Amino acid sequence: MSPPPLLEVVDISKRFSGLQAVDAVSFSVPHGGIVGLIGPNGAGKTTIFNLISGVLRPDAGAIRLDGRDITGLRADQACGVGIGRTFQLVRPFGALTVLDNVMVGAFKRTASTTAARRTARQILDRLALADKASAAANSLTLPERKRLEAARALATEPKLLLLDEVMAGLRPVEVDTMVRVFADLSREMGIAILLTEHVMRAVMALSQSIVVVHHGQKICEGLPATVARDPQVIACYLGAARTKA
Amino acid sequence: MQEMLSGVPRRAALALALFVAAMLAMPLFAGSYVVSVLVVVLFSAYLGQAWNIMMGFAGQLSLGHALYVGLGAYVSAALFVHFGLPPWIGMLAGMAAAALAGSLIAALSFRFGVTGVYFALLTIAFAEFTRIVFNHFGWVGGSSGLFLPVANLARDDLVNLRGSPAMFYYILLALTLCALALGHLLLRRRVGFYWQAIREDQEAAQALGIDVFRYKIAAVTLSAVMTAIAGALMAFYDNNLYPDTTFAIGRSIDIITAPIIGGLGTLFGPILGAFVLTVLSETMTNLSSAIGINGLKQWIYGATLLAIVMLQPAGLWPWLRARLRLDEAKR
Repeated sequence: MSPPPLLEVVDISKRFSGLQAVDAVSFSVPHGGIVGLIGPNGAGKTTIFNLISGVLRPDAGAIRLDGRDITGLRADQACGVGIGRTFQLVRPFGALTVLDNVMVGAFKRTASTTAARRTARQILDRLALADKASAAANSLTLPERKRLEAARALATEPKLLLLDEVMAGLRPVEVDTMVRVFADLSREMGIAILLTEHVMRAVMALSQSIVVVHHGQKICEGLPATVARDPQVIACYLGAARTKA
Repeated sequence: MQEMLSGVPRRAALALALFVAAMLAMPLFAGSYVVSVLVVVLFSAYLGQAWNIMMGFAGQLSLGHALYVGLGAYVSAALFVHFGLPPWIGMLAGMAAAALAGSLIAALSFRFGVTGVYFALLTIAFAEFTRIVFNHFGWVGGSSGLFLPVANLARDDLVNLRGSPAMFYYILLALTLCALALGHLLLRRRVGFYWQAIREDQEAAQALGIDVFRYKIAAVTLSAVMTAIAGALMAFYDNNLYPDTTFAIGRSIDIITAPIIGGLGTLFGPILGAFVLTVLSETMTNLSSAIGINGLKQWIYGATLLAIVMLQPAGLWPWLRARLRLDEAKR
């Protein structure tokens, strides 16, 4: 028998008055693996992220991390057990410097200011934000803010990193750079990544497998190449994305 | 000591040393009127510092800080009057009462998701509720007030807090400097980072693993305890307490003006704001009575507040700090 995956999502559902945002979705993310979660706007991707990261509580279903049931944990507790996340609509601590923003994350694993600062600087280096360390977070450009989101989440030393459209607004060359950064991070630090992304170039390059959701339901799952050929997926999503690009 | 000084630029440390030296020497040269005004300045500065921890650091607005002033004042004064308990012991009891009240109000509100302006309204409600209760609380004199015996001593009695304004001046100066040091330390530690993260964006803070509920309660409780210390000193300085002035909503507003004018969330802002506002208020009072126009004070005071808020919305201290090139490593 193969070891259990890092993240197991089993039949989770979430309903918002009248709208079934997520409908019995199941998938898993292996240890150190990179999984893409894609689907058209409003498919339920962000809701799934909110359910996994404890911002929302699922109406039904279970979420397990490393075999442990983490369904219904608060957001700060989810972070404590090893789930880091970024927000699609970025939420920097605007008045704080970039370094201080990342230090807030680093304090999850240490009480020492010196240690937190050291961790934060290393992460800023990796995400090409080192030269912005003492700038106020609200002075960053949008792509930089997206990277800051990722940096802050990484500083909490997650086992699983949820990336919610961190590549949006980047130029193709920058996308390739970020893809390399996250692939390296995952490989070197053994961090598993679950990402949603509209930039197909990034999803296809990064993901080892892809889960496609539409109207709150999982419609397809598999290798990037397989998913890209699935007629249902093309109908609902990739076709539209291709004409947009 | 090393942690105290780390991150403080030389010019800022020098400026602080000059300020402390000037404040220490002040009563030796100034007359009793100036000392009594400076006591008001320091009360305002210290109360502003206490409030600033909750609002400036952690972003939780309290419009009812008179509650904690009143609890510190009434508890210490009543224990002194009825049982002869030394003021410093009574002060501890007052601090405990304020801690209890603060953490209870915070826990109730935050548990039920009452935040932002609604939380601020609740702080007013609790202060007003307590004012009314004390108006009918005969043991502490009810609405006709609680009075401390005034003894004309030849010299200052620090143990029983009986003495000259200069004695209170030095106690308050020490307290203000302690609060300054405490703020500096807190902002450099995890708790300070967490408070500021909560102030900036509570949901993002929670996603980074911060137990928002716990840290908010900690901020409110610390702020309440610090405020109660000033309340106890105020009781022994004024020697009389009336619920309608001690718990007055006007006092709560006075407490928040200095830190806002000086610079919300900054370390020195509450002190600078207290100096500017108290000196302005005193000057205007004297000017009003000198030229015999009633209400002139309020007009000019109000206009000045308006001008400061419009021209320097971040407060006077960030502006002055840049002018003096004292850039702190931390705000």
